[in-house]
Amino acid sequence: MLTATERQAIDHEISLVPYKKASVIEALKIVQQHRGWISDESVEAIADYLEISPAEVDSVATFYNLIFRKPVGRHVILLCDSISCYVMGYRSLQKALEDKLHIRMGETSNDQRFTLLPNVCLGCCDHAPALMIDKDLYSDVEPTMLDDILKKYT
Amino acid sequence: MERPLTRNIHPDRPPLNLKEYEMTGGYAAVRKVCGGGMSPAALQKLVQDSNLKGRGGAGFNTGIKWSLIPMGDQAPHPKYLIANADEMEPGTFKDRVLLEGNPHQLIEGMILAAYAIQAEVAYVFLRWAYHKAADLIRKSIQEAYDAGYLGKDILGSGFHLDMHLHTGVGRYMCGEETALLNALEGKRATPRAKPPFPQISGLFGKPTIVNNVETLCCVPHIVNNGADWFKGLSYSEDGGTKLYGVSGKVKRPGAWELPMGVTMRELIEEHAGGMKNGVQLKGVLPGGASTDFLTTQHLDIKMDYKSVAAAGSRLGTGTMIVMDSETCPVGFVHNLQHFFAQESCGWCTPCREGLPWVEKILLSLEKGDGTPEDLELLNMHTQFLGPGNTFCALAPGAMEPLQSALKYFRDDFEKHIEHKKCPYD
Repeated sequence: MLTATERQAIDHEISLVPYKKASVIEALKIVQQHRGWISDESVEAIADYLEISPAEVDSVATFYNLIFRKPVGRHVILLCDSISCYVMGYRSLQKALEDKLHIRMGETSNDQRFTLLPNVCLGCCDHAPALMIDKDLYSDVEPTMLDDILKKYT
Repeated sequence: MERPLTRNIHPDRPPLNLKEYEMTGGYAAVRKVCGGGMSPAALQKLVQDSNLKGRGGAGFNTGIKWSLIPMGDQAPHPKYLIANADEMEPGTFKDRVLLEGNPHQLIEGMILAAYAIQAEVAYVFLRWAYHKAADLIRKSIQEAYDAGYLGKDILGSGFHLDMHLHTGVGRYMCGEETALLNALEGKRATPRAKPPFPQISGLFGKPTIVNNVETLCCVPHIVNNGADWFKGLSYSEDGGTKLYGVSGKVKRPGAWELPMGVTMRELIEEHAGGMKNGVQLKGVLPGGASTDFLTTQHLDIKMDYKSVAAAGSRLGTGTMIVMDSETCPVGFVHNLQHFFAQESCGWCTPCREGLPWVEKILLSLEKGDGTPEDLELLNMHTQFLGPGNTFCALAPGAMEPLQSALKYFRDDFEKHIEHKKCPYD
């Protein structure tokens, strides 16, 4: 079941497009914003509300990198692994993050604090390497800076 | 030297709000056309004459692109104008400068483009990661509505335009114009067959124009100053200035607005300050991840569409990635192919199956497990995934850095096979 708040936000998106189904990406974003991720139940609830099949919703949900079909931690770290960050050394950041958080890329820490994900180019190539935590962009990052950055997120 | 696009962008200050933007001459171009100063057809012609070419990478004349849209009372409605702000080409960060630096300039350019094609609805299709830009654009669109530059009967002209911000959820494919349309319709971002072209049947089956952010930002300046002025900004036959960028191990990576056609040498040695101490220039991807390598022998070529093409690559987005002497070309190309394999939408077989194969071969080479036959296999893929064999330009684009790496850095590939390890480790 979608909440009243979720339904209201989705209704607004539906009002902007010619037919309900066209708002499925927005609906996924809205539900994920409230619940952190998209469960099978959420897929069904969205499908029901937009009058399409759960398979159609899931085909869209699984296509886009930033719709999470598994639970994520309270904060999501997106580490840029594209070419400028490769040249400028993102792999040392990856190793440092994996060591500090005791997780590998794609995993969530035991305390549910962080999920670590690779991400394509963050458009910060002139200040590579870069990473993003939630909505905060960090650039020219060096492994020694990570402790100070991570402690901002509880 | 004139820098119309970035003149009012100061990284240390917040971007201009609507009032400040107007004080620098902003929205004068909208006032001019909506005040009866220019018909849609005249605006299309002006932009065509200015020789403004699409800054997203394809380099097609913008005015000609607009001229393919159906006009007049019989044209289907609504028509759509979309700003492609899904900047996701690795190594590319130029549109972010414009989006965060002067959002009203983009909105004004979009209003003018929409007027030229008589579109009623406009979208900014913005990539998810640009949170700062999203907030600024949302606020600026509202300011433009409040001032009467958007909405019903703009400045009493009888021209209506609604504008919305759509933020993507992360997929490189969304930058391909027909895949972008599918994403806006709430579908998987797979490309569409062309024809019909989006100008005839685009978003929701209606006539649609998709233009890059930088392209649209040029339009107000062309309206204000004329086609000849715009052409005069350039060192080459392509009109205007260009936002160039350099990333990699240079002393001052960054983006700069310069006359179209500055040389690669000027960009790297003057603006980017040359290579960092201890490393030399080995290769350059001149316009993003999907362009062919150029090397030190090409430093004096002009960075315009024709000159870069004549040297065997593409201007692309004009934001170059520098490969230095300490970076392994095989590892570099593996990183690129990993990106393309991951971002392939899976719609057509050569791309879906071929790119992961290429990625695996490069990984085994990098680990020292490669054989001479692997180079032949890679070579075969550059043909097999090349232009004409796939549904869209993703796989052919992916093959550009690979085929040129095999040509210019073949020694490095062979050393990995000969020594059974990466010589750069």
